[in-house]
Amino acid sequence: MIPAAAFFILAAVLFVLGILAFFVKKDLLTQFMAVEVMLNAGNLAFLALAKSLGKAEGQVIVLFVITVAAAEAVIGLAIIVLVFRQRKTIQTDELKDLKG
Amino acid sequence: MAWAVFFTLSFLCIGSVVAMILSRNQAHNALFLVLSFSSLGGLFGLLDAPFAAAVQVLVYAGAIMVLFLFAIMMFNLRVELPARVKRARLALTAGLGTVLLAELFLAGRKLVIGSPGAAPAAGGDTARLGHFLFSEYLYAFEITSLLILAALVGALALAGKREGS
Repeated sequence: MIPAAAFFILAAVLFVLGILAFFVKKDLLTQFMAVEVMLNAGNLAFLALAKSLGKAEGQVIVLFVITVAAAEAVIGLAIIVLVFRQRKTIQTDELKDLKG
Repeated sequence: MAWAVFFTLSFLCIGSVVAMILSRNQAHNALFLVLSFSSLGGLFGLLDAPFAAAVQVLVYAGAIMVLFLFAIMMFNLRVELPARVKRARLALTAGLGTVLLAELFLAGRKLVIGSPGAAPAAGGDTARLGHFLFSEYLYAFEITSLLILAALVGALALAGKREGS
């Protein structure tokens, strides 16, 4: 029997790695993947809570999160494809038009 | 036993995210994430959530990451590989395919030959989950379907635009 704390630690590590990847990587696609990692860390925490509290609601939320993540991935990738078509690059270092 | 599974899966999960941070190839990044999300699916199974585990593997590791791979292919980041790497990759693919075939064979044999009564009942927890989804969370569930439709139309409107129109 694995305590929920172990899963929470894993979820925290994954979330921090996602944030790290988001700020370290310099291309839009990989940054977007880092967001997915963070969403998954949240899912893991939800499921660990659902098990330790013995409630099924946590699993319902996980299903909704996965659905929203799918919708978000579709829209985000469409936007990235659009950016690539207009600028011929997805490196964030070269997309600096909005600096005040 | 459960601890061994937990440590193996979490090592795979964290290791592949770290590899994603270190690697510079976007296609490799996406494949590392597939590995990470698949092992997360295993962890979900460890948390008595078989349905969430199946959805994680099918939707996340399957559909969403394949979408990422399609997008990466659209960016035309093609690098020609040396022949040696190509051969090694072929051997690796053949090995993985054999393992998958053996796995499916083992699973199928158990199902076909084993006595029907011995099969474990599909988790009662999943039934409870379905009950929740279609009673208490019915509105949220229906709104989710609207959200998916909106995402579909939005993606078509965004990416389907002709150049210069």
